[in-house]
Amino acid sequence: MGTYLEGILVALKGVPMTLAVAIIAVAIGFCVGLLLALMKLSKKKILRAISNVYVEIIRGTPLLVQALIFAYGLPQVFGFHYPRYVFGISGLIIPAIIVCGFNSAAYMAEVIRGGIQAVPKGQREAALALGMSRIQVMKLVVIPQAFKIVVPSLGNEVITMIKETSVLSYVGVVEILRQAALWNASTFETFPAYVGAAIVYLCLTIPLSRLVKLIEVKLAGGVK
Amino acid sequence: MLEFKNMGKTFGDLHVISGVTGRVDDGEVLSIIGPSGAGKSTFLRCLNLLEEPTEGETFIDGEKITHENIVEVREKMTMVFQNFDLFNNMNVLKNITIGPTAVKGISKAEAEAKAMKLLERVGLADKAHVHVSSLSGGQKQRVAIARALAMDPEIILFDEPTSALDPEMVGEVLDVMKSLADDGLTMIIVTHEMAFAKEVSDQIFFMAEGGILERGTPDEIFNHPKEERTKQFLEKVL
Repeated sequence: MGTYLEGILVALKGVPMTLAVAIIAVAIGFCVGLLLALMKLSKKKILRAISNVYVEIIRGTPLLVQALIFAYGLPQVFGFHYPRYVFGISGLIIPAIIVCGFNSAAYMAEVIRGGIQAVPKGQREAALALGMSRIQVMKLVVIPQAFKIVVPSLGNEVITMIKETSVLSYVGVVEILRQAALWNASTFETFPAYVGAAIVYLCLTIPLSRLVKLIEVKLAGGVK
Repeated sequence: MLEFKNMGKTFGDLHVISGVTGRVDDGEVLSIIGPSGAGKSTFLRCLNLLEEPTEGETFIDGEKITHENIVEVREKMTMVFQNFDLFNNMNVLKNITIGPTAVKGISKAEAEAKAMKLLERVGLADKAHVHVSSLSGGQKQRVAIARALAMDPEIILFDEPTSALDPEMVGEVLDVMKSLADDGLTMIIVTHEMAFAKEVSDQIFFMAEGGILERGTPDEIFNHPKEERTKQFLEKVL
């Protein structure tokens, strides 16, 4: 029993890293995803094409492959190094966050586009008819409403990202799974190590999905 | 003054409107009546370029309406829609102040003071701080009218403003519109409310199959229609 408890405690040490990467990545993902969504809805064919190609490539390749390219491939081709340490932790967290953010953006672009299109066309026309520019219409009328619609999906994206960040253990980021793997390597307590990691992931994802459901219900009550 | 010449709009092979020509002088009320699918709303939407006309041109105070000046034109010529289309992310007051503050750069305090006066005018001063979703249809449309008035327009376009309302709410909206007509606001109204059109209008267009089939004063159109098609339509609706 003690070994299992230790396994959980070891995995717990990775929680701050997992959460930090997941939350920052989703924040980046939202901003880039919004941009991609606006490009998808643009009248300019070239912008739509760029956005579509981006989404296709990201969604069509595994996150692990993307992470390996970013962490090890790009530095080799372009002859640069990520800083050894940032804020006292391995510099590999930089490509890790970037790759998760850009990955998340591709998935969120679709969600945000749906949210924007869910705002009734009539409200857009009413705003235009008052003399607003297209940018003002987006900023003042459409995006605030679309945001409300996509908040639950954003929450779900954080949950997905928390699980997805486990692939970062392959590129030197010491998050939950990496903590477990390191402990396994030194103690050979394989089962307690990975079950400990699983339990810690569940302790994050179950309360979060409850929270998302709660927000969803609350927002559904507030918007008509 | 608004002048439109030979306005036409096609969707693919479909001629929605063609050859619509006319003018509305300052302080005049033009009502457009006619069967569904006659192109009445399309014509209205072509005036402020919500719909891109495929031919013809429109002049406001002698100036041609183009994509270059459309923002200024829309400040002068606002619109009220069939489905109200209030902004759902704002309360009533904000719906009315957003135009003046965002488009005209008027200060928030000034815009709010003006919005309160407009709400009083449409009989909804007590609703200033409620969310738009809690209003009835008639109240929503009165807020939409206040929103259009807040821009100090010269002209307001009304696109079937009472068609989406429950019958008992039509009157309250028409009363507000009547008072605007009495105050000399220039209005172009697409409507199915014949009694109202007859009472407030200076000119009537009867539109069918994408063109103006007959035009005249309310007396000419309603009491002495010349065209067979107009007579048939009026027989059905009156």
